[in-house]
Amino acid sequence: MTSTDSALAATPASPDESSRHGTGTKATRVLGVATIVSMGWLLVFGLGFSPADRDQEEAVRILYVHVPTIWVAYLGFAVTALCSGIYLFGKKKSLQLDRIAGASAEIAVAFVAVTLAVGAMWGRITWGVYWQWDARLTTTALLFVTYIGYLAVRRLGGSHEQRAKRSAVIGLIAVLEVPLVHWSVRLWRSLHQEATVLNPDDGVQIDGLMLFSLFVGVIAFTLLYAWLLLHRSRGMWMEDVLDDRGLDDALAARRAEAGGRPSPEPAGETS
Amino acid sequence: MNSAPTTWRIARLVAAKDLRVEWHSRIATNQVLPFAAVTMVIFAFALDSDAVLQRVAPGLVWLATLFSVLVLVQRAFAVEAEDGALEATRVAGVDPRAIYLGKALALGLQLFVLEIVLLVAAVVLYAQSVPLEGALLLTATLISATCGLAAVGILYGGLTAGQSGRETLLPLLTLPAVAPVLIGATRATEAARGTAGAVVSDGWPWLGLLAVFAVAFGVGGALAFGPLIDE
Repeated sequence: MTSTDSALAATPASPDESSRHGTGTKATRVLGVATIVSMGWLLVFGLGFSPADRDQEEAVRILYVHVPTIWVAYLGFAVTALCSGIYLFGKKKSLQLDRIAGASAEIAVAFVAVTLAVGAMWGRITWGVYWQWDARLTTTALLFVTYIGYLAVRRLGGSHEQRAKRSAVIGLIAVLEVPLVHWSVRLWRSLHQEATVLNPDDGVQIDGLMLFSLFVGVIAFTLLYAWLLLHRSRGMWMEDVLDDRGLDDALAARRAEAGGRPSPEPAGETS
Repeated sequence: MNSAPTTWRIARLVAAKDLRVEWHSRIATNQVLPFAAVTMVIFAFALDSDAVLQRVAPGLVWLATLFSVLVLVQRAFAVEAEDGALEATRVAGVDPRAIYLGKALALGLQLFVLEIVLLVAAVVLYAQSVPLEGALLLTATLISATCGLAAVGILYGGLTAGQSGRETLLPLLTLPAVAPVLIGATRATEAARGTAGAVVSDGWPWLGLLAVFAVAFGVGGALAFGPLIDE
């Protein structure tokens, strides 16, 4: 447990802390408002101002959710890997890093689920099928399952430090896994639409207003990610504190009980 | 200077111990092998077409191998968990890398034997044959895929050993991780036996993938195993 954790867990909460219910602060409230505003902006641009595509027609609007969610999910997985690495190799073993890694992975998994769901809708309209065994789709599906596994490892139990170390290792192994999976499925097959925005070969070819809507989507979902990350990692911190307090309370209760009536049982049990 | 030879020596001892335990318990031969064989039979029930079976036989061999890996990994750590042997070995100061390599070696040898049996089953049940020019590719594929599977299996087996819910967590972690092995080994086996017009030279890039996978997970696993099993 880090020093800040123990201080907060042991001392009675400061007036400011005790009056606070939930995980919100001024910063998250500002961030939350910004998220709502940018989501509204995305709605207006994605459904209103942005034109229909020549080939994909109205289905192109799905991409204003599909593309930003997967980008932000990659960002989330990168944050998980980074925090795992710092936790494992850094000098200061801060559980806060572990909680950020876990919260980030949870949000990223949810975002990948959104990407896959809306991608299937888009595929049904554009390709005629929900799913194609194409390299990027298959990699994404396996990435999704890999991080569900990571989240399951986080719930294995044991002390907080054990959880932190274990999940940091698994968080880094996932980084080893994903490129190998990608390489294998790319060798296997590839027909996904080439990336248009980050294509190094030629300049951006998509309509300006479409690109702008996509950009709005990226901002909106990044803000949502940051807002969720702050709340979730604080929620996890509270769970940890509750866990520690519960254990302390149980120990104290047991001691009081044992002190109340002298009994030979404990000695008998240990022998 | 002499830490590397010691690691290898301990790894060999651990592997010999595991294989001896397996040999005496007979579970691998009396339960896992029959399990793999019955898997090959029920694939035929599900697919119900000689032509389809012949076409997909290499994939079925590797799928049956994958299922058996899960069973064998559970075995490899059930042996350790029963009387806290893994903790005892760690407390005795044995290098976790040596434990990892030793257990992976023992698992790999068992898998290799199992794969040979499954290949023979495929020859008998699914009318498969391997042309002579594909034999080298097939052997190399068997070895590198086995190393990769053993490396992943022992890594996640060690993590889930002694945890509640390990039976379900192990497949969840292992199957996505070994997906490249399934794809690579199946394509290479198809190339080796010329399934659906494949030629032997098609198999070499897949062998490269399998080799890189085995090395990456072998090294990564050896480094990660200690922190994962530490209490």
